[in-house]
Amino acid sequence: MRGENNYIIETFDLTKKYGDILAVDNLNLKVEEGTVYGLLGPNGAGKTTTILMLLGLTEPSSGKAMVAGYDAGRNPLEVKSMVGYLPDNVGFYNEMTGEENLIYTARLNGIAKDEAKKRIRQAVERVGLREAINRKVGEYSRGMRQRLGIADVLVKDPKLIIMDEPTLGIDPEGIHQLLDLIKELAREDGRTVLISSHLLHQIQQICHKVGIFVKGKLIASGTIDDLEKQLLMGEKPEIELKAVPDDENLVKLCENLDGVESIRRKNDLLILDCLRDVREDLVRELHSKGYCPVHLCLRGVSLDSIYLRYFRKEGEYEGHFS
Amino acid sequence: MKDTSVESVKISAMRQDLVRVLGANKGLNAVIKKEVGDHLSGKRFLILALLVVVTCLGALYVAAGTIRSAVGQSEIDFVFLRLFTTSGASMPFSFLSFIAFLGPLVGLTLGFDAINGERDRRTLSRVLSQPIYRDALINGKFIAGVIVIVMVIFGLGFLVAGFGLMMTGVPPTLDELLRLLAYLILSVIYIAFWLALSLLFSIIFRQTSTSALAGIAMWLFLAVFFSLLAGMVADGLYPVQKDSGTEQVLANSRAEQAISRISPTTLYDEAVSTIMNPSVRTLGPVLVEQAYGAIKGTLSVGQSLLLIWPHLVGLFAATSICFALAYISFMRQEIRA
Repeated sequence: MRGENNYIIETFDLTKKYGDILAVDNLNLKVEEGTVYGLLGPNGAGKTTTILMLLGLTEPSSGKAMVAGYDAGRNPLEVKSMVGYLPDNVGFYNEMTGEENLIYTARLNGIAKDEAKKRIRQAVERVGLREAINRKVGEYSRGMRQRLGIADVLVKDPKLIIMDEPTLGIDPEGIHQLLDLIKELAREDGRTVLISSHLLHQIQQICHKVGIFVKGKLIASGTIDDLEKQLLMGEKPEIELKAVPDDENLVKLCENLDGVESIRRKNDLLILDCLRDVREDLVRELHSKGYCPVHLCLRGVSLDSIYLRYFRKEGEYEGHFS
Repeated sequence: MKDTSVESVKISAMRQDLVRVLGANKGLNAVIKKEVGDHLSGKRFLILALLVVVTCLGALYVAAGTIRSAVGQSEIDFVFLRLFTTSGASMPFSFLSFIAFLGPLVGLTLGFDAINGERDRRTLSRVLSQPIYRDALINGKFIAGVIVIVMVIFGLGFLVAGFGLMMTGVPPTLDELLRLLAYLILSVIYIAFWLALSLLFSIIFRQTSTSALAGIAMWLFLAVFFSLLAGMVADGLYPVQKDSGTEQVLANSRAEQAISRISPTTLYDEAVSTIMNPSVRTLGPVLVEQAYGAIKGTLSVGQSLLLIWPHLVGLFAATSICFALAYISFMRQEIRA
């Protein structure tokens, strides 16, 4: 059933309309197997709707979503048996213990009893809930629920894990552990992970590729470097420099460098407006003249600034996201 | 040769179908198992079950007392059935009327937060993202509810029968046992109607309190106000004065009965009083000239069943329609809140 490419998720002009509102607009999303893909976008961009269509839980208005070679709309059962879904603010049955909740999931997946026990033990160990697993879920903290949610996903041993806003409402330490776990799931188990989020600097560290999703449209997709190139095309790069010793000759040296247009000073930093990325030449030059660079940065390349800039380009979402 | 190969292809296709159906049922079985467990271990259900058991045993006690005191004075038949139908001075309700009154409440309790409760707890999308068909959830919930109803009604019926036997010492005849069985089945169908209705409300309304209230409002309406309404409409259609003719009076009472029979509560009440009372021979109005010369007697089980067959079908249809509506609206509903 699989095509020659190794995309685990591939959508073809996927569209969802709620009345007159276009929630997802001709989406062509491609996610390669074994990667961590970050779907970034402000609230209400259509991320959750897209995920529900990938799982076959919502019917697309037009287009189709292929997941692991199956049409999610036509064969939802095959898709759902391979995909683990961690919903935004995941819920469990409060009057049951963590383990009972996981057993229910295993049963719904038709996993045999012994196998289910083994998998549950492993999953619980992995997310670090061993002590709490026999307590009622009603007593769990939000972070523990989230970890139980991941254990719940792991019980079905999925090829693809979809997480909707997994870092929301979790303390920094918890987020750190969560991101490590996600990295591990991708790297060691070879699972594909799709993360939807509006908090990029958290996701940035672990995603191989990101897609920026605004108003139902994927406006950019690729590695962070790709996005940088796409974004910086036609724009002049700025370089922040701090070097010792910081004297007049340093400024002169920079001015004379080919490709540097002008120089400003901001606090103790030199800002170089350039025509191209001159970092390599600059460092070489500094080195040969006995200067030592202590800070060098190409501005506007963190995902945060890319993200902000994309939304600014769209121009319609300012003030709408936090 | 060719025929056998066609046959074997057919058989293997059938086997595949069977495997697929059983595979789909795995999710269904898991849902049923969990829901029955939830119902039976929940405090809500415990409270209601206790209420029903206590009132029914109270009714039985009074009935047994009344029967015992009546035995010497006049000849009574169908003692076993009277355990269920007799009320006394200290307790104006019989077992039958208690079940008719509290049964709907049991049904409503089992279903009022079936779907919107899952939504509230944010478990709906997680459960439906497991490899089960969407209808496995609603089918499972309905079947689990019916299983619990069967357990409660049959358990209670046989409990009362057993205690009654001990108290009166009169064994039931086969005829009576069959009547009891028919009565219990009728009650299960009737309560299943309320279960289906509350399931429907739990899908339509997003708040569990709203769906609970809607269920109770419906119950009060059908139990108390609907018969009044039927009378008013019948009076509007065929006004009856002091000097009205027989035709007019008859038309009025027929209209009233027809309208009130829209309500499953009326259907159930009529059916139950017929099946548990062999002396009930007709359900419509009877003219004096029709009754004149009739021999006093009782009906056999078969004849009683024949009399209430339309009621049984009507109740079954009402339950099915309610569940079908719930099913359709659930399948069409968006998963997102």
